[in-house]
Amino acid sequence: MYQYLYDLTGSGILSAFIVASFPLVNVLIVVVVGVYLERKVSAHMQDRLGPMRTGWHGSLQLIADFIKLLQKEDISSKDTDKFLFNLAPVLVFTAAFAAYATIPFSSKLIGSEAEVGIFYIIAISGIVVVSILMAGWSANNKYSLLGAMRSVAQIISYEIPTALVVLSIVMLTGTLSLGKMSEMQTAYFWNWNILGGAGFGFTKFLLIPFMVVGFIIIYISTLAETNRTPFDIPEAESELVAGYFTEYCGMKYAMFMLSEYGNMFAVSAIISILFFGGYQSPFGYFGNSLNAHWMIPYEQAFWFLLKSWIFILVQMWLRWTLPRLRVDQLMTVCWKYLIPYAILNLIIIGIISLL
Amino acid sequence: MDFYDIIFYLFAVITLASAFVVVTTRNIIYSAFSLLFTFFGVAGIYVLLGADFIAVVQIMVYVGGILILLLFGVMLTNKITTVEIRTGTANVLPASIAVGILAGSIVTVMMWTDWKSKPGEIPITTTKALGSLLINDYVLIFELLGILLLIALIGAASIARREKE
Repeated sequence: MYQYLYDLTGSGILSAFIVASFPLVNVLIVVVVGVYLERKVSAHMQDRLGPMRTGWHGSLQLIADFIKLLQKEDISSKDTDKFLFNLAPVLVFTAAFAAYATIPFSSKLIGSEAEVGIFYIIAISGIVVVSILMAGWSANNKYSLLGAMRSVAQIISYEIPTALVVLSIVMLTGTLSLGKMSEMQTAYFWNWNILGGAGFGFTKFLLIPFMVVGFIIIYISTLAETNRTPFDIPEAESELVAGYFTEYCGMKYAMFMLSEYGNMFAVSAIISILFFGGYQSPFGYFGNSLNAHWMIPYEQAFWFLLKSWIFILVQMWLRWTLPRLRVDQLMTVCWKYLIPYAILNLIIIGIISLL
Repeated sequence: MDFYDIIFYLFAVITLASAFVVVTTRNIIYSAFSLLFTFFGVAGIYVLLGADFIAVVQIMVYVGGILILLLFGVMLTNKITTVEIRTGTANVLPASIAVGILAGSIVTVMMWTDWKSKPGEIPITTTKALGSLLINDYVLIFELLGILLLIALIGAASIARREKE
């Protein structure tokens, strides 16, 4: 994509900007469709209909909401730290969007083919944490501060099991680059990492149960990292109003929503790349059988978006099924269960991949 | 001026300006938050030098670890307790003399050294080379550092757990 645009326009800066705008458009679509789906999914799970009045089955509801958000008055209370208060929403979205730089949408559409890929994504989430603290502190509100503290404690705890599972995949594939990881799981679905990765032999079958365990661990911990229910104590409505963005309204609030849904998509995409072949089709490509090779990147983008959306839907399903955990239960799940299992899983996968 | 030169100067300005804010601002929270931009700028300069792994480690360790610890410390003491923590200047004269001597010697060494430079080759990735160096050539130092960190961790945990008599 970058190379094609570079040949077309002859300007590296311009083509880099165009390539970077694709994930941005994707994030906006994820927010619009995601918020609508969240309402519909929650409604149908609770035997309601959800938004029905604006447009067909409430499909224009989001546009109405967006216009409402845009024309809201920008209120901030007197004792907020104005500079940091305004900086935090921008920073939180920048950091959430920065994670998209190394996510391959298809074999042709990838922002940066940097070798450090997944490691970069884990590192950049540290900036999200700092900006959450910034938002919580600058609002000068005890609910905001408590929400920020809870959120940060939760994110940095659950980063450990996430990183351990990522490490086990990195040991198996021998690369940190997300593009190369997807490339390795090519052809059919039995080459996906959840089914032991590419290559045949008895190690592949030995790996399957540990891969499933790794997938469950990383799914739970990324759910906690995005502050979704059952791990949403940072923004527990009954205790903390809305957590670290209690004081925000209008577009600044919308920035937090953007980054939340952007994060949801990003972690779903990462899980689909690590375990479910990323942009690879499970059954081969139409482009190959019809002898139209230009179709393949589009098909890959379709499969990538489909897999990521399936994981987002599972996140929504869990959100409206499970009750919220208490703080001590949250930390127990992380430190007493997920981390020991993740370490054990890492060691076993390491031994198997040496065989 | 090349595109990469512009990026370099951008990162350099970010680093220097935020570092200046860190030392001059009266509000300790501002100092802590501007450290974020200092670390970020340094990471950007590492990327321009072709050290991709070091750049990510810089963000991971300093922003993801140290800065958050620092912010927690500052936030739990500032504003919540009645004690207002402020940064201040003390011993201006000796400090400026010491810094002046240090900066002067660095600049003189930089000027006098006969640098042998050649056109740089940007490595595709440094991760693999770094990993094999750590595990093959410097494995003893690597393991010793690991043990040192483990000792520090256990020490911190035992101090934090100590119950009052």
